[in-house]
Amino acid sequence: MPEERKIRVLAAKPGLDGHDRGIKVICAALRDAGMEVIYTGLRQTPEQIVAAALQEDADVIAMSVLSGAHNYLFPRVMQLVKDKGIADVLVMGGGIIPDEDIPGLKQAGIAAIFTPGTNTGDIINFIREHVRKN
Amino acid sequence: MCDPKKLEEIKTSKAKYDDKVAKVLQKMPERKAEFLNTSGIPINRVYTPLDMADFDYLQKLGLPGQYPYTRAVQPTAYRGRYWTMRQYAGFGSAEETNERYHFLLKSGQTGLSVAFDLPTQIGYDSDHPLAQGEVGKVGVSIDSLADMERLFQGIPLDKVSTSMTINSPCAVLLAMYLAVAEKQGVTPDKLRGTVQNDILKEYSSRGTYIFPPRPSMRIITDIFEFCTKEVPQWNTISISGYHIREAGSTAVQEIAFTLANGIAYVEAAIKAGLKVDEFGPRLSFFFNSHSDFLEEVAKYRAARRIWAKIMKERFGATDPRSLMLRFHTQTAGCTLTAQQPLNNIMRVAFQAMSAVLGGTQSLHTNSFDEALALPSETAVQVALRSQQVIAYETNVCDTVDPLAGSYYLENLTDAVEARAQEYIDQIDRLGGSVAAIEKGFVQKEIGASAYRYQQEIEKGERVIVGLNRFQAAEEKLSGLLKVDPEVGERQVARLKELRSTRDNAAVSQALAALKAAAQGTDNLMPLIVKAVRVLATLGEVCDTLRGVFGEYEAPALV
Repeated sequence: MPEERKIRVLAAKPGLDGHDRGIKVICAALRDAGMEVIYTGLRQTPEQIVAAALQEDADVIAMSVLSGAHNYLFPRVMQLVKDKGIADVLVMGGGIIPDEDIPGLKQAGIAAIFTPGTNTGDIINFIREHVRKN
Repeated sequence: MCDPKKLEEIKTSKAKYDDKVAKVLQKMPERKAEFLNTSGIPINRVYTPLDMADFDYLQKLGLPGQYPYTRAVQPTAYRGRYWTMRQYAGFGSAEETNERYHFLLKSGQTGLSVAFDLPTQIGYDSDHPLAQGEVGKVGVSIDSLADMERLFQGIPLDKVSTSMTINSPCAVLLAMYLAVAEKQGVTPDKLRGTVQNDILKEYSSRGTYIFPPRPSMRIITDIFEFCTKEVPQWNTISISGYHIREAGSTAVQEIAFTLANGIAYVEAAIKAGLKVDEFGPRLSFFFNSHSDFLEEVAKYRAARRIWAKIMKERFGATDPRSLMLRFHTQTAGCTLTAQQPLNNIMRVAFQAMSAVLGGTQSLHTNSFDEALALPSETAVQVALRSQQVIAYETNVCDTVDPLAGSYYLENLTDAVEARAQEYIDQIDRLGGSVAAIEKGFVQKEIGASAYRYQQEIEKGERVIVGLNRFQAAEEKLSGLLKVDPEVGERQVARLKELRSTRDNAAVSQALAALKAAAQGTDNLMPLIVKAVRVLATLGEVCDTLRGVFGEYEAPALV
């Protein structure tokens, strides 16, 4: 029996925000849960993130923004994902995101928004349930 | 500390106590098999004079204002004057932030603290492609001297002290501040304040770097040299543990990595030809105040003692002011919860109290709504009032270092010092802070602590009230601050206007002179002052320096 392919996650910090404690903790938790995680590092443009997702054949793009620039950055990534024809990639976001912004982001195609206090187990479960099945 | 006969009596008494404890434990075990604090330091059931049998008071503590300054840097501490109440603030445009500053000063705040937006902190003008969506979001947007003038409208700069959280482009914002003062008729020798100017923790923890380490260290020592001569009351750096802690470090790691960074700056300045007692008195520090109340108090006391020893023994400083670790404190943003946000008021008050009992010179208290948004006026007022309640109602300020001599606290102070010193030694062996950061050592240590902390919360080993215990259904908090989304466009329009009305020949000339200096070894500060006076923008000055120095590329670590 062939070994099952691991879920591949591109973890990204779009924009200029330097708060990377959360994304790094999530990278470690996803790895402990058996996923393959590639972390982009800080200050990535939406273009760089989507190019990396393509190159890494990512199943998931997980972005973190605590600077308040999510309403620009998340939909921009989503647009590029669609333009590049990889709309089956699961795109999620997290950070300090006001409740009233969440419906708009989901409408843009972001599958889930995780806010402060989220358990990493919930993120792991969400990915397992919603990632594309090969 | 005690006479030997008394110690023997205490020993006998303690043995009886231990017997009794053994019996109690059989019937009722303690809550945990082992009690450890966040730094992994074991905490004993009880501390007695036996734990301080060879405690040398003068060597460990001294009196307030005496080496090694464990108790306080000032002989009278808060009996003379309270700490500076300084709320970090900035959002949107310079006008909106100016309005907040007037509100805070009217509410009894005693110093200003400027939060800049990310494009400003990373040296991009508001019309730079990477600034899209970020203008005015986490702080005020400053593109040119004109914005800086609006920011301090109606605030006499000889009457307030101002702290600016600015690192890579520190020289530019400081130059703008001097130029605003000049327009107000205030000479540089009258100015009081602090620039953060601490690049090393940007590489390890905070992320707003521009240039590689070597030219960054040169800019920093240029600022030391310039201010020593021209702005003598200015704190030229705020060596910051705050962000190291926010990134997930323990208390021990926070002071160890901060003091190791301090060593790197002192070494760089000495290498640049400065004398330790010329710049040493103007170094300042910035620490976090987290939730482990007594560990935090011990941390501040240990940090003062370690720094005094480093400056005296390692660098041969003789001016007492060079040996004194003066620090600002901010309560820990990372402990605030989005759940049941009013609980944050209590967290902040306890954290603020530990900073006061640890002898902070200046304090920012977080607002209860900051896990959700930038603080509203109501929330920031409660935060400031918490400081005022501590100062004016609790009476903890009427004697200096009131917890000194506590068997537990002195043991804890020693333990924090010893463990921090081990890290400092380890960083020395790696070749100092710059090398330790380039090798990723510091980042990995912080990351591991952050992950451990999160796992403890998720396993329920660490209780966060309202988050993983005592949860409750709750109403959404209303009245959150929302930054005007139009601010970006307005800043872009202003830049366009500025570039079409200023003397562009003068700007080009000033930037060319700056470029030449950057290629050589002249102090950059006077040239940056000249450039901002003729309305060169922040982005233009930083781009000029990028052209010479290049940009930092973070090592891939995770």
